[in-house]
Amino acid sequence: MNRIGYTILYICLGLVALFQIFPIIWLFLFSLKDNREIFSGSPFALPTELKWENYAKVWEGGIGVYFFNSVWITGLAIVLTVLLASMATFAITRMNWKLSGFVLGLFMVGLMIPIHSALIPLFSMFLNVNLIDHPLSIVITYTAYNLPITMMILLGFYYTLPREIEEAAIIDGSSIHRLFFQIILPMTTPIMSTTVIINMIYNWNEFVFVNTFISSDKYKTLTVGIQNFIGQYMTDWGAIGATLIISVLPILLAFIFFSNKVVEGISSSAVKG
Amino acid sequence: MNKVMSNKLMIALYVLPALLLIAILIFIPLILTGYYGLMDWNGIGNMEFIGLENYINGLQDPKFWESAYHSFLLALFSTLSLVVYLAISLILASKIKGADFLRKIYLIPMLLSSVAIAQLWIKVYNPNNGILNSILMKLGVENPPAWLAEPSIVLYAIFIPILWQYAGFYILIYYAALKNIPESLIEAAKIDGATPLQIAYKIKLPLIMGVIKVTIVLAIVGSLKYFDLIYVMTGGGPNGASEVMASYMYKLAFSTNDFGYGSAIGFLLLVITLIVTVIIRKLTASDDELQY
Repeated sequence: MNRIGYTILYICLGLVALFQIFPIIWLFLFSLKDNREIFSGSPFALPTELKWENYAKVWEGGIGVYFFNSVWITGLAIVLTVLLASMATFAITRMNWKLSGFVLGLFMVGLMIPIHSALIPLFSMFLNVNLIDHPLSIVITYTAYNLPITMMILLGFYYTLPREIEEAAIIDGSSIHRLFFQIILPMTTPIMSTTVIINMIYNWNEFVFVNTFISSDKYKTLTVGIQNFIGQYMTDWGAIGATLIISVLPILLAFIFFSNKVVEGISSSAVKG
Repeated sequence: MNKVMSNKLMIALYVLPALLLIAILIFIPLILTGYYGLMDWNGIGNMEFIGLENYINGLQDPKFWESAYHSFLLALFSTLSLVVYLAISLILASKIKGADFLRKIYLIPMLLSSVAIAQLWIKVYNPNNGILNSILMKLGVENPPAWLAEPSIVLYAIFIPILWQYAGFYILIYYAALKNIPESLIEAAKIDGATPLQIAYKIKLPLIMGVIKVTIVLAIVGSLKYFDLIYVMTGGGPNGASEVMASYMYKLAFSTNDFGYGSAIGFLLLVITLIVTVIIRKLTASDDELQY
């Protein structure tokens, strides 16, 4: 192809990139301005003076609490999901039993479920066991709903593990637990890290479950917290911008440092509807 | 060896925690949704069995059908936009320098929460100070619309950030599939004198047809159950103009406390999603699927 053709192609691709990234850059710019500057100046202008106090203000105004809740709820659910999914995948792919195919099928059906169809019964179940407005309801719901996709990603790797490893370990008198926790699990580190990333993105960004099950401010995570919080700062654009940037920063940082893992995880999650 | 690896107790110990969780938190609630749909129930008090009344009401409820229409419209737009993503991916995969970097840039919106995207786009669409109307006014447009307050525009205004959110995801999938095509096939076609367009249309597209079908299912099913961003941006408003199936169900249950009717709508949502999935799978299934 000639040079002009390539130039046009690059311009097209560049425009798409600009469209994808520009709203976020604009958000970052106005998170560092005050209302006077936002409303009177050009939206494209750099802040004349960096108003970092927008960040300090919203962090102390309550975002700090939501942030901390997001961190520990996301983290705990990741550990539970990846551990339970690894154990189940191990038993399904490596151990010998008749129903393994059927049970795997059950997990895979879980991939196709629209979560809203289960929301009302979940709410009344948690109400009956006093878990409404309790963070545990969120942690176990995240774990359950992310198990199918996590197992889906792990499966391929477990199928390729050589049988000889297990045979050697068992002949040496190793127990199932030792085989799983000390030999198999460490071998799956690369694929586990992919599932950790994908679980992190899902949990960090989840909204519906928290919005439905949690009502106290002290348990809210960022997605729901910023929703109420922005209500208070209705007209203070700088504060809203700072809140949004804080809420997306951890995932963006993870993307900057582990972009290949994120890309791999998102590609392999393509099966999830 | 075999004895250890088929120890029933150990198998149960490894599978049951995960299996119980999905049984209790996914499968039982789904069955209960259908069951609650048969009840007159406000979520707290006693249930009263009323047979199929909720389901019949649902099927005759113009608001439900309007929200279903909006969901199907979103599905249509999402599916049509796949053509654009496919075109972008074809360009990206044709030995463009920086392709890897660009597809990562495209992916960034996909990493943000729907709540953050919704709040950001509320600002983009702000009638006076939003970036969109600022640009329009600079271009000389007088009185640009209040995008989210106009019933005739709001639905389409909401589709834009949804497409923005998922564009990078589909481009990523197509790009990966295109990169998997063996270079030798393309080279052979070039030697035979095929033009780039012919190569794209006659060789590349047929080879990634399987992936394209998967993305069609994803786009349609994902649209039918779409909720978060719409709920945050407009709450289905103004006056139901941007209501979709999931947001209508949510409103019935958690705003008006009509749990019985909400469950019936939730069950219809499940049934519609599953039926549509089966239909698309059937329609797009072919026995001469190409392998590479």
